[in-house]
Amino acid sequence: MIELFRNPNYNFIGNRKWAYIVSLAITLIGLGSLAVRGLNYDIDFTGGTLIQVRFEQPPTVANIRAGLSRIKLGESIIQQFGDPREFIIRVPLTSVTSQELGKQVEAALGQEAPLGKFEIRRVEFVGPQVGKELQWQAVQAVLFGLIGILLYIAWRFDLKGGVAAVIAVFHDVIVCLGAIAFTGREFSLPVLAALLTIIGYSVNDTIVAYDRLRENRGKFSQKGKSFAEQMNDAVNQTLSRTILTALTTFLSAAILLFFGGKTLEDFAFVLFIGVITGTYSTTYVAAALVVDWTQYVEGRLRRRKKAVAKA
Amino acid sequence: MPRRIWFRLGLVALVLAVSLWYLYPPQKSINLGLDLQGGIHLVLGVDVDKYVASQTERAAEDLKNGLERKGVGVKRVARDGLSTIVVELASATNWNDALTVAAEFGTFEVGQRDDKAGRFTLVMRQRQVAQLRDDAVRQGVETIRNRIDQFGVAEATITRQGDDRILIQLPGVQDPERAKALIGKTALLEFKLLDEQTTPEQAQAGRLPETSELLYQRRVDKETKAERKQPYVVQKRTLLTGAELTRAEVQADPNSPGNWQVAIEFTATGARIFGDVTEQNVGRHLAIILDGNLYSAPRINERIPGGRAVITGQFTVDEARDLAIVLRAGALPAPVSILEERTVGPSLGADSIRQGMIAIIGSAAAVFVFMLLYYRISGAIADVALALNLIILLACMAAFGATLTLPGIAGIALTIGMAVDTNILIFERIREELRVGKTVRSAIEAGFARALRTVIDTHLTVMVTAAILYNFGTGPVKGFAVSLFVGLAASLFTAYFFTRLLFDVIYVGRRKVQSISI
Repeated sequence: MIELFRNPNYNFIGNRKWAYIVSLAITLIGLGSLAVRGLNYDIDFTGGTLIQVRFEQPPTVANIRAGLSRIKLGESIIQQFGDPREFIIRVPLTSVTSQELGKQVEAALGQEAPLGKFEIRRVEFVGPQVGKELQWQAVQAVLFGLIGILLYIAWRFDLKGGVAAVIAVFHDVIVCLGAIAFTGREFSLPVLAALLTIIGYSVNDTIVAYDRLRENRGKFSQKGKSFAEQMNDAVNQTLSRTILTALTTFLSAAILLFFGGKTLEDFAFVLFIGVITGTYSTTYVAAALVVDWTQYVEGRLRRRKKAVAKA
Repeated sequence: MPRRIWFRLGLVALVLAVSLWYLYPPQKSINLGLDLQGGIHLVLGVDVDKYVASQTERAAEDLKNGLERKGVGVKRVARDGLSTIVVELASATNWNDALTVAAEFGTFEVGQRDDKAGRFTLVMRQRQVAQLRDDAVRQGVETIRNRIDQFGVAEATITRQGDDRILIQLPGVQDPERAKALIGKTALLEFKLLDEQTTPEQAQAGRLPETSELLYQRRVDKETKAERKQPYVVQKRTLLTGAELTRAEVQADPNSPGNWQVAIEFTATGARIFGDVTEQNVGRHLAIILDGNLYSAPRINERIPGGRAVITGQFTVDEARDLAIVLRAGALPAPVSILEERTVGPSLGADSIRQGMIAIIGSAAAVFVFMLLYYRISGAIADVALALNLIILLACMAAFGATLTLPGIAGIALTIGMAVDTNILIFERIREELRVGKTVRSAIEAGFARALRTVIDTHLTVMVTAAILYNFGTGPVKGFAVSLFVGLAASLFTAYFFTRLLFDVIYVGRRKVQSISI
């Protein structure tokens, strides 16, 4: 039998002060990179046109740009997309309709002799209205996702757990967004989907720990233990499951990231980061916050009782 | 063996059988998204306000005629804004007669009135406005479906989206530009007389009578691709529209070799109007106008009976064919604009499938091997459950007619990762129970029982997020949400119920089980 941990008893909760500093630091780094670099929205959200072209011979960006400047689109964003022969051209919203734009680009690139033969493989156009709506829908999806989770946990466990879980998830979202901004990736619809998946994953983890805590309550082994110790036991008891699940999910995400092709890359990247931070935040954000919150409430109750006894 | 084990085995066999039935034959059972097989995804916005305005305009015209028939002199009857008609009488003496005529327009109600000045407004009722907006989109969907059917695209979906949008998905279309031109064309065919009192030069200088308008004939030189615009002054009044058309056929243009024309035939009513118009206007020019572009303005030499005409315009055979299609299918009630468009070439789709499949097989294989190495026989049980999960998931997608998109494939890969979570949770629990010295049988019992709560909680929360994703997402994200949701539902069945069943069959049935491979 292979075992990662045999009756682990690490002092996770006891070290939470340090963890708070780490969490705060990475959240700030995440926010900082968001503030400095900003989110690079995909045309899904900004509106615009995306044209994917595959050339027979690897072209240079300069040649493509020269071709595009024939129709005054030299300022477009030109990016290599996976294969060296594959390129993506992003054109901001113009007055020209996508229909004409696709044709114009095809004609302009055709006139640029050094480019050789090519094939237009994908044209995506998102109008300004749709882009704005999608932005709003994205915000709504994340918000409602968080509210749904908060309500579910508050119902199954308690409000403290719900709030702490949502804070943990929020932390994960910031870290993932920060990572996207930091690596200069685009915030696209698939990235949004990955973000929501991570929300689900992170909460999943948190619930497993909460469930264990609740189950242990009233058990003989837990008698005389403080709430912090009880939480620490729950985290330790679910530790091997946490690590194993994180490993398998991490494995899935890694394979998608490295072999899923360029289209899935950003999606997989968010999952990749999210699994790490989601696993971390369960213990060091959600569980830790519940412990401190409970201790704070208990402390106040005790003081009030003392005050009543004195009087 | 415990009771009901045969019943449970039967249930699993039934689910498996139904799943396989839905999945056979695999090429036909699962819809591939446009990102995988190539095609066009279009969202059109219908200019519903324009439709309301044009209906108001038409009512104003009718009202004016009605008033004149009653002998009520009018100074002005005109549309104002979207749904208001302003009426100014020549004198206030006919006030009551005018109101009687106006009362016949039941979809309007009188707004402001000033009986001394002989001026009142008619406002379209809100219910009628809403009805018209709805009609515009509904008819638009019908017309576009008609056009696409005639164009010949298999498995096209044309659906209404929201209040004023139409979603069109055309899988496997080879020539997207042509398809888009066909769909987006309003195709309003009008016959109007040329205004022969005003020259185009006068009109361009701004001396245009109120009843006339300036239109252009566009000709593209086939060699130089240069566009030439020839101006014409045309009377505003429409004599006949494409609504009265029964047939439209492509013909070779006898006067211009290599070019094609469209021959049209009117309905009985259309033919009568056409006959009258040509009879009354012999010697004048009749302009044939499509979507505001003048195609030709032949001279009327004599009365044309039988209701036949041709539209010439130096068309290629494809252009002529598409024009015939849009004329047959009818005009769109209101102009449409492209709000969103995604065109994927077939070669890119094939690449996506290949890479997606490599990724999903790779990640599934990695998880399979991991479980086998770590949990041995129990791992093998989990793997069997995982395989069943994949079969059910794909079968559900086939049964619901859901579309498999690239993000959908990613969703499946992710489901695999998360489905084993349930098994890991249960197996770790069983190990724990064994560690405290329980027998194999009671460890299995306790492991499954204790894990149940957590399993349900974790599945429900992720399903909540998947449902929210489905509600707010569009296109590809929806596909992801569907496969995630279905995958999790299937995982409850396979990773918990089915794994339990296999454990019961292997371990619990026997009298003495000394060890368990976990």
